[in-house]
Amino acid sequence: MSVERALESTGNWLDDRLHGARGVRVLLRKIFPDHWSFLLGEIVLYSFIILLLTGTFLTLWFQPSMTDVIYHGSYIPLRGVRMSEAYQSTLHISFDVRGGLLIRQIHHWAADLFMAGIFAHMIRVFFTGAYRKPREINWLIGIVLLTLGLLEGLFGYSLPDDLLSGAGLRILEGVIQSIPIVGSYLAFFLFGGPFPGHLIIPRLYILHVLLIPGLILALVSVHLFLMFHQKHTQMPGKGRTNENVVGAPTYPYFAAKTGAFFFFVFGVLALAGTFVQINAIWLYGPFNPVAMSAGSQPDFYMGMLEGALRVMPAWQWVFFGHTFAFNVFIPALVPLGLVFTLAAIWPFLEQWITGDRREHHVNDRPRNAPTRTALGIAVITFYGILWAEGANDLLADFFNVPLYWITWAARVAVFVGPVIAYIITKRVCLGLQVKDNRLLEHGVETGIIRQLPGGEFIEETRPVDEEVLARLVARTDYPALPAAETAETEVPPSKMRGGLGRVRERLYKVVTETAPAAQPNGHGNGHGPGRGIEGNGHGHTAVSAGAGSVQDGESGEGDQH
Amino acid sequence: MSNNPSGQPDSGDSGEQSWPEYLSSRESRGMPRSGEGSGESEGYGPPRRVIGTPPPATARTMLAGHGGDGGGETPRELPADPPDLVKAKKAERVVAACFLLATLAGLGFLVAYGLIGVGSVRDAQHSNLWLGGTLSVVLLLLGAGAVIWVRNVMPPVEQTEQRHPLRSSNADRAAFKETFEEGTETSQFVKRPLIRRTLIAATVPLAVAPVVLLRDMGPLPGTSLAHTAWRKGRRLVVYGTGRPITPAEFSTPGAIISVAPEGFQNDDDAMAKAAVIIIKFRPGELGAPTVMPWTVDDIVAYSKICTHVGCPAALYEQTTHHILCPCHQSTFDAAHGAKVLFGPATRPLPQLPMGLDSQGFLIATSDFHEPVGPSYWERS
Repeated sequence: MSVERALESTGNWLDDRLHGARGVRVLLRKIFPDHWSFLLGEIVLYSFIILLLTGTFLTLWFQPSMTDVIYHGSYIPLRGVRMSEAYQSTLHISFDVRGGLLIRQIHHWAADLFMAGIFAHMIRVFFTGAYRKPREINWLIGIVLLTLGLLEGLFGYSLPDDLLSGAGLRILEGVIQSIPIVGSYLAFFLFGGPFPGHLIIPRLYILHVLLIPGLILALVSVHLFLMFHQKHTQMPGKGRTNENVVGAPTYPYFAAKTGAFFFFVFGVLALAGTFVQINAIWLYGPFNPVAMSAGSQPDFYMGMLEGALRVMPAWQWVFFGHTFAFNVFIPALVPLGLVFTLAAIWPFLEQWITGDRREHHVNDRPRNAPTRTALGIAVITFYGILWAEGANDLLADFFNVPLYWITWAARVAVFVGPVIAYIITKRVCLGLQVKDNRLLEHGVETGIIRQLPGGEFIEETRPVDEEVLARLVARTDYPALPAAETAETEVPPSKMRGGLGRVRERLYKVVTETAPAAQPNGHGNGHGPGRGIEGNGHGHTAVSAGAGSVQDGESGEGDQH
Repeated sequence: MSNNPSGQPDSGDSGEQSWPEYLSSRESRGMPRSGEGSGESEGYGPPRRVIGTPPPATARTMLAGHGGDGGGETPRELPADPPDLVKAKKAERVVAACFLLATLAGLGFLVAYGLIGVGSVRDAQHSNLWLGGTLSVVLLLLGAGAVIWVRNVMPPVEQTEQRHPLRSSNADRAAFKETFEEGTETSQFVKRPLIRRTLIAATVPLAVAPVVLLRDMGPLPGTSLAHTAWRKGRRLVVYGTGRPITPAEFSTPGAIISVAPEGFQNDDDAMAKAAVIIIKFRPGELGAPTVMPWTVDDIVAYSKICTHVGCPAALYEQTTHHILCPCHQSTFDAAHGAKVLFGPATRPLPQLPMGLDSQGFLIATSDFHEPVGPSYWERS
């Protein structure tokens, strides 16, 4: 009864003014497909909301000021020490505000989870091909969001003005200074004069609490709107085609699930904030430009840049009285720039190579795009090696290996590793496809051995069930190159001639390489017992429907009849 | 299985053009509901209600009647009850227990906030433990309760919604083109280049203005990067205590301390370039390219600012005389002019010319002879 009354009063009041009944009803019934990997993006969204909440709390006490003060607060070991107001107020939040330490630690953990979630979400989107048309715009927005996240994190952990964060800023200054022509000017503009000055913390503060979060919020809104408008992708499965979305409606299912997930994300972060100490700035002490401790590490998402700086050999040229500090600006700009650029152009490059300009709403299983998956793993390997090199001193200490060996190993591995990873991944993917084919062709082994009248022993198999079948046969088949269509005349079409056309032809062969699709359910292999053959008819329908829907947009649902 | 078997379009489709793609025929695959007569709740009639459950069908009917399209009642698409009412009842109790415990934990949070003060490390720890512990319990129980609720109390449902190509129809595209071109034409923007060009001209200085406005963010570097606070005759003082140093005091071979130019040790801007380490060697250990006249009694002074990106090169290994920067592991040979042995740094740590004043204290005999710290464009 109360639901009805609330709808009548509030609902009608709102609808009289907003005309929302129709649109909102549709929203309530919007279908969201389900898969565990779709939760990764939600982790990011909820971490961001938690960051906004906890960050606002912290601003109530934090003072973004580099004015020198002498500490007289509750943390006895630092009493009488000269420090900035920023550091003092961070100590105040940690020791003299109830819940301050908790919220500070949740904030920091949430930032780490935010970045980790972005990485995981991007990896999911890449490996399942969810970036393909029509979702290229959202993929690009995602890359911008990742970049903004990196900056937001870097600026955020620089604010407390402790020894560790000060070292981070010093490195930032050194990197900016190394940029040819404008470097020292940029550094002086950013810091308001020589390092460290008194302006960098207030400047980073306003970027950290207003400008960048504002941009992130705006882009996240666009990102979500596009996801909503284009409808979420779905993983292959029974009855799932490029023309439909199978899942549960927003209200009540998705709303309740995602609400629960928000509480889980917040709960896990609260647990971490309670029990796992993070960024204990009181142990590091206030920043001064003279001191530095061993084992200094940035937050994990900056580790790749740190590793790139560490792995780089000491190359520097002096030309006509000017210094090209290749040892600094190359590692600072090139590796991450390479990864981001490759990520940004890949959807378009893939489209050009394969000629596939159709909409894709059913995701690929990673194994079914061996080249893409191998490329992704190669990039992750490249990133991962540099990331690990960012902790080379800790690795050397932990494994008791000479420090320089690790750096030399990384110098080699950063080039060799991705190639090996590519080759292995591709083999694994093709192997998994062959394994899928075997399941389709021979069915699932039942463990029942039968003796045929002729005396031969065979193992009985049964066809895979419909759900698995739908998953196994779902593959993207790429359109053939224009050259193939005119094979009779043996004259390639004009756009396939010339250098670019030949490059495309070669890349096409690489990108579309895949194990040949199987003839499902053991036609004529002699192993299928009666039951298995009976199942064939049904299985076959589902196969052609599933494949057909990807091929030519024919709407086919396996279970129509 | 479908609840909308005739494929009859949603009553809303005929009316307005808003939300077109969302309003489409839909199939629903709910789990079979136990103990229900066929069609009873699938047709247009009200579903069978279980005591204690809200009547969603009625509520929706009221809303659906609003669009002005004479919608009337919509066929029921979601099952009202879970298939197994006994199991659902059990799950309901578990969910309620979660929420009840969450309430208690939430009260515990409030009590902890009131009872446990802060103001010392110990108290802050306690406060953190209790506030964080109770908060975690509240949040995790809310999450757990909601998940059990969705999974075990709500009836399982799978629905299918149609997608439509995102591309607009050719007619729509053409109409858009026409409308846009009409607007452009009517605005005379294309026809009157005078307006167009002057407008573009007017925006150029405006676009440059914000960049120019940022000019005063900092002074120009000038030659400041090439100089430090060290001057001829300025004493070396221990960083931290500010005491001047005599070679006699600093006589243990292998010893290393950070020093500052006298009067500048609290000036971070100055120290960011002027930080120096002095190291005591045994006689004969120091070799080229160390500038021997700049050393005093086998004490040598190097800039502490790493020539890679400016971290303090703070680690020293006595037996090998290696100075190691903890940031990126550039390694310098302190016995031989701090030349680079490993790592990304390209240049040795500059050596500070050092001497003694009349009272026997260590002094600088000049500023560094080259810029300290990381490379920059203007550095030759």
